[in-house]
Amino acid sequence: MVLLVGLGLLVLAAWAGISVGSSVTGFRDTFDLFTGRAEISQVSAVIIREIRIPRVFLAAVVGATLALGGLVFQALLRNPLAEPYILGVSGGSAIGAILAMLAGFSPFPGVALAAFAGSMVTLMLVLIPAARRREVINRDSLLLGGVMMNAFCGAMIMFLISISRSAEVHHILFWLMGDLSTSTREQLPILLTVLPSFCLIFLLARPMNLLLTGRENAAAMGVNVRRVTVLLLIATTFMVAVAVCQSGLIGFVGLVIPHVLRLLIGPDHRLLVPASILTGASFLVVCDLLARTLPATGEMPVGIVTAMIGAPLFIFLLWRANR
Amino acid sequence: MTAVSISNLSVAFGRNSILAELDLTIAQGEFVVIIGPNGTGKTTLLRAIAGLLPSTGNISLFGRPLAEYSRRQLALLMAMVPQATPTDFPFTVAETVLMGRSPHLGLLGFEGEGDLALARRAMAFTGVDHLADRLLAELSGGERQRVIIARAICQEPRLILLDEPTAALDPAHQVKILDLMERLRREQGVTVVMVSHDLNLGAIYGDRLILLQGGRIRAAGPPQQVLTEERLAQCYGCSMVVEQGANGVPRVFPVPGA
Repeated sequence: MVLLVGLGLLVLAAWAGISVGSSVTGFRDTFDLFTGRAEISQVSAVIIREIRIPRVFLAAVVGATLALGGLVFQALLRNPLAEPYILGVSGGSAIGAILAMLAGFSPFPGVALAAFAGSMVTLMLVLIPAARRREVINRDSLLLGGVMMNAFCGAMIMFLISISRSAEVHHILFWLMGDLSTSTREQLPILLTVLPSFCLIFLLARPMNLLLTGRENAAAMGVNVRRVTVLLLIATTFMVAVAVCQSGLIGFVGLVIPHVLRLLIGPDHRLLVPASILTGASFLVVCDLLARTLPATGEMPVGIVTAMIGAPLFIFLLWRANR
Repeated sequence: MTAVSISNLSVAFGRNSILAELDLTIAQGEFVVIIGPNGTGKTTLLRAIAGLLPSTGNISLFGRPLAEYSRRQLALLMAMVPQATPTDFPFTVAETVLMGRSPHLGLLGFEGEGDLALARRAMAFTGVDHLADRLLAELSGGERQRVIIARAICQEPRLILLDEPTAALDPAHQVKILDLMERLRREQGVTVVMVSHDLNLGAIYGDRLILLQGGRIRAAGPPQQVLTEERLAQCYGCSMVVEQGANGVPRVFPVPGA
């Protein structure tokens, strides 16, 4: 039932995202194109096929990934402020990407691979010291290590920007704020690589429920805590790195969506995992639509919209929940 | 048949040795109560049996080494009731109790009618059925403890490990919970291993008491053998009077100011 609502939401958001834009094409055209009932103009068809659909697809995949990543990290670290970027994933991939941009690599595969490598390196740097302490990965040292890693990466990013030439700075800054305007049809296969991560996380939904009751409790109820933790971390880092190198740093989706869903449908991850995917995708598609259409000329980074909608929404929900 | 067989077990945290060269055998269907002063390794022993701690030496459960079991196989065999459970998660009492079914269901199985019936029965057993829709965080310490015990029963284990299960309970619930354990043991042959500070309850329910001190077993045997004034004074460093109660069950009273 909940999932049907989520699916409906995503279809509506995607339709709106495909139909509305700076050039004139309407809801009607999209409908006609998909059903083939009436001929639509060549220009409209090209805009929809080559620009809008890849862009909506990118927004949906990135939104789903970030929301799901937030859900996983909040369960894993048992910390409500955790989000997909918390373990230095963002900072690491940003450093990798900026270095690649400064070196003049092409956006794909050069920058993408560098971003992915950067995020994996920072994750390992955070994971290994935390894992060495006794048998189980200690969630507090993970969290602290991640926060420190993010702070260090932030400094590195500022350093890299300060030494770079002015022409590149605008591009990098735009990317840092979250940017979906680089979408192309060629990205589709890359984006689909997040699907195995989605499936794996869905399979681990029940262990995630048990992990919420504490590591020892989870272990006593049959969860191999160490294996589940490592699998979840790797699956999540992989998909988040894919999302980051395609879209830059888009905040608040991973923080807000899981919390909103928990308030609406409760704490069961078997429901939360698919619901996060659907709602995260819808949310980012709508935010991207606003980012494209609100400014009179050009567009703004979608990260601005997610934060401007996400932060007040979050504060409102907190205020309501505490009443 | 032996439920738990421990030989030469040692546990250390860093340089601190908690348990040293411990040997212990627990028969299937036995009710064993582990007693001893604070910080002597009672909880550590329980966690080592549950496979939650790195240890040296040998532990076997039902004739098979602990290390050969997967976590899920262990959870099908044994349930654990810890001293305290985190409550900062928003699951209801019914959902928490139902979690006991997880090892039976695997990754993808959803709870069926049978599982729900088991959970309802377990909640009725421990007297928390009227709390089914409440959040764990809203309950008192004693109610919470009874929820976790219901979850352990729902797990349908052959061995149940309890870490001071009665510490937060009123006398009526103490007796009710331990009567329930006694019934599980009698009717289903469940082995019960309990850590307790209540020497009198231990003496009433335990077939055998294990007295730990300084990470070693000081005495093990039927309550009337273990609970002697001399030994208790030695271990706890406090004078205690031991009286013979009904059915030869010893009763222990600490002597104030002595």
